[in-house]
Amino acid sequence: MGCRLCEVYCITQHSKTRDIIKTYKGKGPKPLSGLYFEEIGHISFAIQCRHCEDAPCIEACLTGAMFREKETEAVLHNKEKCVGCWMCVMVCPFGVIKVDIENKKVASKCDLCIESEFPACVENCPNEAIILVDEKGEKIEKK
Amino acid sequence: MAKVKRISEFFVDRDESKCIRCQACVRMCSNDVHIYDEEGDLIRSDDLKCVGCHFCEEICPTGAITIRRNQSEIKENYHWKKEYVYDIIKQAETGGVILTGMGCDKLYKNYFDHILLNASQVTNPSIDPLREPMELKTFIGKKPDKVEYNIENGKISLKTEIPPQLELETPIIFTAMSFGSISLNALKSLAIAAKNFGTYWNTGEGGLPEELYPYADRCIVQVASGRFGVNIDYLERAAAIEIKIGQGAKPGIGGHLPGEKVSEEISRTRMIPESTDALSPAPHHDIYSIEDLKQLIFALKEATQYKKPVGVKIAAVHNVAPIASGIVRAGADYVAIDGIRGGTGAAPKVIRDNVGIPIEIAIAVVDTRLREEGIRNKASIIAAGGFRKSSDVIKAIALGADAVYIGTAALISLGCHLCQKCYTGKCNWGIATQDPYLTKRLNPEIGAKRAYNLLRAWSLEIKEMLGGMGINSIESLRGNREQLRGIDLSDMELKYLGIKHVGEAW
Repeated sequence: MGCRLCEVYCITQHSKTRDIIKTYKGKGPKPLSGLYFEEIGHISFAIQCRHCEDAPCIEACLTGAMFREKETEAVLHNKEKCVGCWMCVMVCPFGVIKVDIENKKVASKCDLCIESEFPACVENCPNEAIILVDEKGEKIEKK
Repeated sequence: MAKVKRISEFFVDRDESKCIRCQACVRMCSNDVHIYDEEGDLIRSDDLKCVGCHFCEEICPTGAITIRRNQSEIKENYHWKKEYVYDIIKQAETGGVILTGMGCDKLYKNYFDHILLNASQVTNPSIDPLREPMELKTFIGKKPDKVEYNIENGKISLKTEIPPQLELETPIIFTAMSFGSISLNALKSLAIAAKNFGTYWNTGEGGLPEELYPYADRCIVQVASGRFGVNIDYLERAAAIEIKIGQGAKPGIGGHLPGEKVSEEISRTRMIPESTDALSPAPHHDIYSIEDLKQLIFALKEATQYKKPVGVKIAAVHNVAPIASGIVRAGADYVAIDGIRGGTGAAPKVIRDNVGIPIEIAIAVVDTRLREEGIRNKASIIAAGGFRKSSDVIKAIALGADAVYIGTAALISLGCHLCQKCYTGKCNWGIATQDPYLTKRLNPEIGAKRAYNLLRAWSLEIKEMLGGMGINSIESLRGNREQLRGIDLSDMELKYLGIKHVGEAW
C-alpha cells in the first residue's frame, strides 16, 4: 500500500538501540534499510534479498564475506571480511545489495533479522503484503 | 462575506517528540491532510481537510498522531447545534443538497437501549453453552402451514414439500452493499467470511463481480430498480434473490453512482458503459402496487424454477406493517426491513436523518401484524439497520425477527471508523472507494478473518445470553417477547413493542 513502514522497522531493527524514536531522533548514525521500496502509480512493493538457493553473490565474493549461514540457510554478509569490490552488487539478479561509497563496503542487505525471532518488515507490515515463505513457498508464521 | 472561513471539524495533534518524519501519514492520507515541508524538515497538517477517519493514527509507527475534535466552539445553543449552523453556511455557499454516508446519527430514542433481557433463576435451569449443545441454526424461507408425514415400516418420510430455505449457522447475514459503493476487496472479505462461517452475504444492487463467483452459493443477489447486472446466470448462481424496494438510510430515494466510480470492472458487472452514471430510480418503474410486485416475485421464481427463496427488502416507514403483510401475500419468502439507522454509501443528509422509523418498532409491528393475520409462517423476517452488538441481535430476534442483516458493523470489522465520507470515494481504509491506490489497503485475507471473527464473537455471546435464559435454541426465542422488558418507556411505546415494563412478572 506504499506506507514504507517496512523501511522504518528495518532501520530500527538494525540500529544500536532498536528503539524507533532513538534510532530516528538520536545522535548516532542511522543504518540503511535492507530493502528497496519501488513504486509506480498505485503499484508498490518492497523487495529485499531473496536468499537464493544458488546465490551468485556468494560465488562472486572474493573474500568469503558473503556467506550462507548454516542453520537458517540465509545469505549473510560479514563487513569485516568485505573489501568493497562490489562484485556481489554486479551479479545480484534482484539488485538488492546497497553500497557504502565512503567506506568502500557493502552497506546493507537483508539478513532476515537473524538476530531476532522474526523479520521486522514481515511482522510490522500493516497489510501483510510482505510474508516469509519457505523454499516450497509456504507461509511461515511468527511463533 | 462572499466566502465564510470554514472551521475544521478535527485537528491533527502531532507529538513532535515522537514524530520521526517517516512520512507514512503524508503518503497514506487520501485527503492530503499531512504535508512534508522539506525546508524545515517538518510535517504540517491541513486540518480543514481532515475527515476524522483515523487512518494516519493507525499507521503512525510511533503513535505521534492523535486526531481530536476541533475545540473552536460557537456559543452553546441547544436549538442551534454547531452542525446545523455549519450546514447552513455550507448551503449558503453552494446552494446544494448536503450529502452524507453511513446511517442516521441523530439522537432519536434507541429502543435496544431501553430493553432488558431475562435470565433463569430457580424455577427454570439456565444452560451453560460451553458444556451443552446450543443451536443457532436458522432457516430463512416460507414454512408450510402444517407438516404431514408417512410412516412406513417404522421409517418416517416427509409428505409435505418444504419450500426452498436458506440455512444459516448464525442468525446474522451481511447486508446488501453493492460493488461500486464498496470496493471489491471489501465485498470479497465479507463473501469469504460468510462462506466460511456458513451464513450469507448480499451483492446489493451492483451485480455479482466475476471474482466472487466462487462465493455465489452463499450469496443473496438483489434485483433493484436499476436492474444492474441482472441476467439469468446472475439469478441462477445465487442462493436467494432479493427485490430491493427501499433502503433504511434513504426510503423513497433512488441511488446515483457517479461515473468516475464506474470503472471497467464495475461497468462489466453492472452491464453499463464505462464512466457513465449508474442511476437507480426511486421506484421500480414496473411496480406500482402489491399486484405488480407479485408479478416480479413470480417472474423471478419462474426464472429459477422455484428453487430459490425470493425476498423483498423495504425501508421501515410508517405503514410498514400493512406493506409487509402485502409483500407476504404477494408470495415473498422473506421480508427484509431496514430501519432508520440503516447505512448508505451516499444519501441526502436530510433524508437519512428524518425519514423512516426505528427498526425495533418496525420488527415488533410487522411480527404482530403477520401473526394476527395468521401468515407469519409464510415468510421470514430479516431486520436491518444499525445493529451494533450481539445484544441488539438477540433483542431483535426476541421481538420477532428471524435473522438480522449487519452492514455498518461488518465494515467496522474491516477498519471503518464511521467518518461518514463514503460518498467522496476517498475512503482511506480501502472500503468505500474504487481508487486502486486505496482499495489495495484492504487485504481480503485479513478482512475475511476479521469479519469471520466478528460473526464468531457475536454468535458466542448470543449463545451465552440464550443459555442464561434457559433456552437452547434460537428458534425458541423467536418472537418470544416475554423474555424482554422495557425500561424508561411510555405505555404507547410498550404497546407497539409488544413488551411489558420492567417489574411486571409473566
